Amino acid sequence: MALSYLRSSSSRSVNLLKPLSSSLPLRRPISTDTTPITVETSVPFTSHQCDAPSCSVETNPKELLTFFRDMALMRRMEIAADSLYKAKLIRGFCHLYDGQEAVAVGMEAAITKKDCIITAYRDHCTFIGRGGTLLEVFAELMGRQAGCSKGKGGSMHFYKKDSNFYGGHGIVGAQVPLGCGLAFAQKYSKDETVTFALYGDGAANQGQLFEALNISALWDLPAILVCENNHYGMGTAEWRAAKSPAYYKRGDYVPGLKVDGMDALAVKQACKFAKEHALKNGPIILEMDTYRYHGHSMSDPGSTYRTRDEISGVRQERDPIERIRKLILSHDLATEKELKDIEKEVRKEVDDTITQAKESPMPEPSELFTNVYAKGLGVESFGADRKEVRATLP
Amino acid sequence: MAAIFQGVGAAATLSSSPSNSFVPKKFLTSPRRSFSVRKVPSYVVVRSDGSVNFDLNSKSRRAQQLVANAVATKADSSAASSSSNPGHELLLFEALREGLEEEMERDPRVCVMGEDVGHYGGSYKVTKDLAKKFGDLRVLDTPIAENSFTGMGIGAAMTGLRPVVEGMNMGFLLLAFNQISNNCGMLHYTSGGQFTIPIVIRGPGGVGRQLGAEHSQRLESYFQSIPGIQMVACSTPYNAKGLMKAAIRSENPVILFEHVLLYNLKERIPDEDYICNLEEAEMVRPGEHVTILTYSRMRYHVMQAAKTLVNKGYDPEVIDIRSLKPFDLYTIGNSVKKTHRVLIVEECMRTGGIGASLTAAITENFNDYLDAPIMCLSSQDVPTPYAGTLEEWTVVQPAQIVTAVEQLCR
Repeated sequence: MALSYLRSSSSRSVNLLKPLSSSLPLRRPISTDTTPITVETSVPFTSHQCDAPSCSVETNPKELLTFFRDMALMRRMEIAADSLYKAKLIRGFCHLYDGQEAVAVGMEAAITKKDCIITAYRDHCTFIGRGGTLLEVFAELMGRQAGCSKGKGGSMHFYKKDSNFYGGHGIVGAQVPLGCGLAFAQKYSKDETVTFALYGDGAANQGQLFEALNISALWDLPAILVCENNHYGMGTAEWRAAKSPAYYKRGDYVPGLKVDGMDALAVKQACKFAKEHALKNGPIILEMDTYRYHGHSMSDPGSTYRTRDEISGVRQERDPIERIRKLILSHDLATEKELKDIEKEVRKEVDDTITQAKESPMPEPSELFTNVYAKGLGVESFGADRKEVRATLP
Repeated sequence: MAAIFQGVGAAATLSSSPSNSFVPKKFLTSPRRSFSVRKVPSYVVVRSDGSVNFDLNSKSRRAQQLVANAVATKADSSAASSSSNPGHELLLFEALREGLEEEMERDPRVCVMGEDVGHYGGSYKVTKDLAKKFGDLRVLDTPIAENSFTGMGIGAAMTGLRPVVEGMNMGFLLLAFNQISNNCGMLHYTSGGQFTIPIVIRGPGGVGRQLGAEHSQRLESYFQSIPGIQMVACSTPYNAKGLMKAAIRSENPVILFEHVLLYNLKERIPDEDYICNLEEAEMVRPGEHVTILTYSRMRYHVMQAAKTLVNKGYDPEVIDIRSLKPFDLYTIGNSVKKTHRVLIVEECMRTGGIGASLTAAITENFNDYLDAPIMCLSSQDVPTPYAGTLEEWTVVQPAQIVTAVEQLCR
């Protein structure tokens, strides 16, 4: 297959309108190519109380390039957030997801926007996967009005109601009962949709998880509990926190599946399988074996409890973006240069958005008192000194 | 014990009809009764000053036909309703159930979750027979896992369902404090207004009959600082049903505090659909000399003390504050401006209780109108003992209220 060197055929920008040159053999632009390709996942699934799905995953060039672009965007976004934090434009807590992008991207590929996702505080990339814009992310991180929560939530409170992304929660493990509640509502309204409640290996030791799992199994709720096992609960390695680190088996009577979380296609296959299972048989646990390159948050260097060799080893061998890049190149779906161009374009997009977000204003003082109650209660509210900020709620 | 129940019975009749002796001519007011055109699912809330208030929904256009001052003047008739329908008599837990049942019929999104609410019928029979009527998916028996089923209720509320979460005893909700505080109260704010949490969390609390320390807790003082929630306490069958319905219809999370000892109060309530305003206090007995602010069970102790006080020549104004968060400073303020003396009688602990916050709020806003420092009678700061005599002295008794008023009015 002759490779086309035309930039327009591989980039997803508006330049698709540029006509293909007639002297080169005609080739469909890769971005809309949906001829199926079957890929074998390298690590087999391990299952508990159920039959593992097959290792052959159906995909197509368009999807692979979408994966590449989305993951590159997420990676760049997180690294830019790192710089912004060090420049003190982002304050408080900032938990970065780089290294784990395959989970967000693979999950999205298997489900619709009607299925619900709820996660903990490492939510920037999941928000993007659900359709959030970069501007909303950076503005919220910097506490500006254009943020997805109007600047009032911060890094740990990203939500997007119209695409059923329920956040964004700071307290470890508290989102899992919420997620089971979402699944309950889906069953109540007979939606035929599922909820993915994500949590980490640290949260896997929370009691409320087991309580919620018990209720979900009792009531047959379409809840999928996804443990994003990056092997460290802040600074504590998983073997020091959990007697049984086989998180997919912890459901006991609830089936579980262990997935290579650095392989977006394996994640996609597992989520598809889980969705079918949950709609028929009730809850299921997925354990995504993944890794984060940064520390737990920006205040954690990430190297006091693990060696730099380990981090660079994983980056060389299991990096999700590299894996997709190799896949694309080996199937001749794009050239090295085209992929680099995508990365450059993504970088520019991120930089432009940061500039735009920096221009967004801080919230108005009266915003301090809005959205406390769904309807104002006809009360007057004061700032701390009772003179400066004074708002009469509607 | 018999004395208290006598007081309770008397108070119940007191609140259901304004008898002449308590209505001074210059301050015409009446207990709230609301009216609606029959067969129409609209309702109107009539405030204590006789003005008609249209409620949260805008479906109340037809209610404009009603005349507001039909309520204010009928001091002699039983003021249950000015239409020929005399209303029906029931106990407080039945009133709660009626409110819950009517809301569940009206809105298919309302569901109930709690321990033993379904097949068992509720440990205080508030949800009796509801599971048979509405099915297991709408009246859900949960395992004993407060943290997670409260969390599940909040998650369901985020999508638009309207769950009513029952804590078998309010004290058990301490296990769900994280969910109530962080998720229930704050999600509307941290999501920038994207999600509303129309959940109702209810359950009996308060000091009962020798139930022991852990089952006699008053959680209103722990929850009062949580931003984003509303707290109401019911005290009569009338306001129990009204507040239950209003809480379910409210878009905000509401915690409805009931009291273990008040479930068997009997009262005649209207047949029509009515709700009580969630943010408003109830004028129980207008007066001139001192304002007594109270809520829940202490209302009955206060009314019993009021009888003694009237015999001694005092004229206390008794207000059941009902709304514990936010306080109805309008009604309270008007009362303070009239009487200039305030006594707060509550069942929570002295330290950090509702009375403490109320004292601070009144002092900040109405300090110029006070002739004497605010007195606050609360329960002792001790775990509630099992022994009956000790338990009796943990809570405020009518004799103490009488002494306090005498001291205040010197």
